[in-house]
Amino acid sequence: MSNLRINRKKNKRFGILICVAAILLGILLAAFIYRLVSGKPFASVFRGFLPWFLALAVSAVAYGTPLMFGTLGEILTEKSGNLNLGVEGIMFMGGAFGLGGAYYYNQLASNPNGYVAIAIAIISAFLAGAIASLIYSFITITLRANQNVTGLALSIFGTGVGQFTGEFMRVKAGSYITLSNDLKDFFIMCPFPKFIQNIPVIGRLIFGHGIFFYLGIIVAVILAFYLNKTRSGLYLRAVGESPATADAAGINISKYKYLATVIGGGISAIGGMVFITTIAGCTWNHEGLSGFGWLSVALVIFCLWRPTAAIWSAVLFGALVDLYNRLHLAFLPDEIYKILPYVVTVIVLIFSSLRNNKEKQPPASLGLAYFREDR
Amino acid sequence: MDSCYAIELRNITKRFGEVVANRDISIGLKRGQILSLLGENGSGKTTLMNMLAGIYLPDEGQILADGEPISIRSPKDSFRYGIGMIHQHYKLVDVFTAAQNIVLGLNEGGLNIKETNTRVQEICDRYGFDIDPAKKVYDMSVSEKQTVEIIKVLYRGAEILILDEPTAVLTPQETQKLFAILRNMRDDNKAIVIITHKLNEVLELSDEVAVLRKGTYIGTVKTAETTAQALTDMMVGHAVALNIDRPFNQNQTERLTLKNVTCYDHEQVKKLDNVTFTVNGGEILGVAGIAGSGQKELLESIAGLYPVAEGSIEYTPPEGDVKNLVGMSPTQIHKAGVALAFVPEDRLGMGLVGSMGMTGNMMLRSWKNGFGPFVDRKGPQELANFIWNDLEVVTPSTEFPVRRMSGGNVQKVLVGREIASHPSVLMSAYPVRGLDINTSYAIYNLMTEQKMNGVAVLFVGEDLDVLLELCDRILVLCGGKVSGIVDARTATKDQIGLLMTSVGGKEEA
Amino acid sequence: MGEKTKTPLIRLAKRDGLNPSAAWGIRLASILVALLLGSLVILITGNNPFEAYGIIVNGALGSEVFVRQTIKNAIPLLGCAIAIAPCFKMRFWNIGAEGQITAGALAATFIMRQMVGKVPSVVLLLAMGLAAAIGGGIWGLIPAFFKAKWNTNETLFTLMMNYIIIGVVSWLQIGPWTANQGRMAQFDEAACLPKVMNIHCGWIIVLVLVVFMFIYMKYSKHGYEISVIGDSENTARYAGMNVGYIMMRTMFLSGAICGIVGFIVASGANNTLSAEVANGVGFTSITVAWLSQLNPFVMIAISMMLAVLEKGTSSLNTWLAVPASVSDIIIGLLLFCMLGCEFFINYKLIFRSSHNGKEGEAK
Repeated sequence: MSNLRINRKKNKRFGILICVAAILLGILLAAFIYRLVSGKPFASVFRGFLPWFLALAVSAVAYGTPLMFGTLGEILTEKSGNLNLGVEGIMFMGGAFGLGGAYYYNQLASNPNGYVAIAIAIISAFLAGAIASLIYSFITITLRANQNVTGLALSIFGTGVGQFTGEFMRVKAGSYITLSNDLKDFFIMCPFPKFIQNIPVIGRLIFGHGIFFYLGIIVAVILAFYLNKTRSGLYLRAVGESPATADAAGINISKYKYLATVIGGGISAIGGMVFITTIAGCTWNHEGLSGFGWLSVALVIFCLWRPTAAIWSAVLFGALVDLYNRLHLAFLPDEIYKILPYVVTVIVLIFSSLRNNKEKQPPASLGLAYFREDR
Repeated sequence: MDSCYAIELRNITKRFGEVVANRDISIGLKRGQILSLLGENGSGKTTLMNMLAGIYLPDEGQILADGEPISIRSPKDSFRYGIGMIHQHYKLVDVFTAAQNIVLGLNEGGLNIKETNTRVQEICDRYGFDIDPAKKVYDMSVSEKQTVEIIKVLYRGAEILILDEPTAVLTPQETQKLFAILRNMRDDNKAIVIITHKLNEVLELSDEVAVLRKGTYIGTVKTAETTAQALTDMMVGHAVALNIDRPFNQNQTERLTLKNVTCYDHEQVKKLDNVTFTVNGGEILGVAGIAGSGQKELLESIAGLYPVAEGSIEYTPPEGDVKNLVGMSPTQIHKAGVALAFVPEDRLGMGLVGSMGMTGNMMLRSWKNGFGPFVDRKGPQELANFIWNDLEVVTPSTEFPVRRMSGGNVQKVLVGREIASHPSVLMSAYPVRGLDINTSYAIYNLMTEQKMNGVAVLFVGEDLDVLLELCDRILVLCGGKVSGIVDARTATKDQIGLLMTSVGGKEEA
Repeated sequence: MGEKTKTPLIRLAKRDGLNPSAAWGIRLASILVALLLGSLVILITGNNPFEAYGIIVNGALGSEVFVRQTIKNAIPLLGCAIAIAPCFKMRFWNIGAEGQITAGALAATFIMRQMVGKVPSVVLLLAMGLAAAIGGGIWGLIPAFFKAKWNTNETLFTLMMNYIIIGVVSWLQIGPWTANQGRMAQFDEAACLPKVMNIHCGWIIVLVLVVFMFIYMKYSKHGYEISVIGDSENTARYAGMNVGYIMMRTMFLSGAICGIVGFIVASGANNTLSAEVANGVGFTSITVAWLSQLNPFVMIAISMMLAVLEKGTSSLNTWLAVPASVSDIIIGLLLFCMLGCEFFINYKLIFRSSHNGKEGEAK
């Protein structure tokens, strides 16, 4: 038995080693491709490659951050057995209401404070997502409707509400709305002091990103800790794996499902707000935001329902979203980059069903309604 | 406190739709005592106990704890009153460890697996369990899972333990181990209920026996003051002289021969081990064995629904050549002209389509007939009407969903359809489970009728009395192996009971 | 322990089949509730809900031109809902209609580019339709294959397949097939569906599909197999059905019909191919199919209702300057209410009565 445990630990260490090796290999490969494309001599490749790579990393993180929130929220939701396909709508609502909250604070406060603006944006986005998920929860948990169909209805409703709110605010204001430049800077500020950011390479690569990225990492770590190390997290997983078991053990299924779905929806909604306030530059931009919700659903599969894996997966997907801007390859059309995340996800999905590994599977009751007196 | 009972049930009634599962039942559980809740399958034992476990709510009646009326609305309430139930189908989370499963549902602040492990170890030492707290459930054997379930309720300080058919899936050795543990618990002043329909276990283990029959309470007796005969009388209502008509068919011909058949399930566990036997046209071959000894796999592998790893299944038609059925799908078997009828154990989940009416279910056998793209409804409609009248099925119409019919009528529809296909081999698994006496006899007669028509009948049963009076020969399965084949006219219950639990001695009669 | 009550305040019990007229009454009531909620949204914009609903109805059905446009909107919704019905009947959650539409339109366009000018219009259109059916069918077949073989989660798989094919089309649109500024050329006259009663003849195709699907599901051997699998896969195997094969066949059919819808939209309505050819129809039609209880004739009514809302709210935008997205909100509310109301059709609430075991029923 103890033998087994040591083996597992060894496996884990081995896994980390492989990951590091893969990343190094990836960087080398990227450098090689860069050389091919730019046609520069190899020596100068690294001089040219480094800034290019750093720029890619920065934008990957920027695009990855909204995805990370979207994914983390959906992981929490799916761990309770609810497959909420309304993430797209939830992120729209989060984007519109988050922006709205910050905008009206900006308008009404005589001396707007950046931190307060961020807090208000987060809270209003969270509430919007929570309310949207509450509707979903009520219909699927209490009224036992089909989760897929309800999720799709929510994504129609949510994109409508988000769009409507975005446009409605513009119509009311008479022109397109945005925050003052001071506040805008707060949303993309880096929380680390300058001297740390100025450390060569690592400064930009690790410490040079916007505040929401680090917030996302904190959320991911808390979520991972919650799911794996706390009693309540254990119970939540039990609800998602086997509601009948959890029910027999006296766990309040509805409470866990409601809470996980509502809080998860709130977290996902923050992702929409992050997109609008960072990438879209604090203006309503529904075209840019569209698709992020669906990508988040894909990401949940890609990272196999593990919150910490969501961090690097989101950055990877962010890189794929933005890669076509930065790496032009003659044989690979730009638009094809955009489908890479989905292709990769499909492959992960297929492999996880092939491998028959009991651990890396969707929560066993995902998508199914639970009713105790059903026999 | 006028009651000596830890838990008392008073006048409990529970209905599911129009079916009354429990009618006006009153039972009391005492500390330091093992109570057997005895009754045939479908007599309402589990339903009754599920109301103590907080799974169901009684429609009428009262539950009292130490004389105080209480309401058990949820499993949580149930724990609060110190009640722990070990269900027949273990309710464990597969991807969790034993320890994680054990602490599930508890309210004790933070999660400290180390402390849990120590406490689990304490319980193990106290009563004699053996389990690794860090083992994942999906790696466990059935008996290990049961151990986890029992520790789970002890861990939360259960004073009243209810075990639903705890020995159904255990080997004799494991059963003895479990009984020793249960006695330790009784001596520890716990109130224990075991739900069972096995008389020998009742007599061996329990102090008192409460008997249910078809949802009604018959009475409680002290084990020391009763006999197997008396208990059986209470259980079935009259002495088990079944008087099933058993004519002998002189014209027996070899019909189906299994040679060295071995099967594995998807987790590579051996389910059938080198099974060899012959069933003749014109006889009923009973199949006995404790639950899960390979009965299901045996029938399904003949029907082409379960992969056969080794061996052959040879079918000898009344006229024509011998065919090997191994590797054929149900459709291929049908096309090869083998008239195989199969009444599976899971009637609504396998034999019938619950949401369809009788007509739709008749089509399950005939839907492929004819060349066009459309199904023929006329034939099935006529057949449905015929069965409706002939077997006296109670249903408003032939379109009424069979899911909403009563168990007996569901079975009539299923058996009626299978017999109507003019089989040469008829397989049935637990065909009278949950049926009333009249319907059971109707089914026995149908089986015998088929036998006299020269059909080879395989009858998987659980009631040894029925097997002994209905069948011509009885094959006993034990752990996927044939432990013996006996002549039903001369064999005794003891003899079969022994074969059911012994893997070693392979005596052929 | 304060309370000594025997039963909780409200309990649920499954209804033993409500009669159909009462069931449709509840559904109708839920639509009214949704419209009531929708009027709240309109109130927020500072308009009179009655006036707004008037404009919606008028804008959708007020003139022949409007009606035509409304019907045009309803055609793809209805077509896809029909396509999805057999999958859902089988409990195969195909939410890939969006992608199957796109795949069909893509295949049709491909054939059009190969054959245009070389064959007569009728042949060209037939070839395009066939190609669309095959294209959509294959796109549906892939997830079904993996589901049948390795039990890969079909919900997530079909969802991902949507974005892959949409990405491919948007690449073609701005890449190899581009005509001007990231747009594809308009179809040649010969590749456009002819008009019947001033609407492209897609409506006839879709109505034929309604009848076909009704007969297919109700009277055909395939339909019977699908119903059995939807009820219990074990029973299907017991009856000698090849579940995996039937799954793949049904998904091919479903994808093929979606593909034909894609062809109708590209050739009949848009006269061109773009990445937005499906434009959410694939998702909305899933809700149409589900809310119609998978009955093809009911789908006509529900898809028309959604089309009226969609078309009508666009004139709300022109007349009252209400953002056009209000249509998504009202449709969303409608879907929520109709999804929720099924609960009251399938279950009854039993309130605890203070005296004896009498059962009070709600709704």
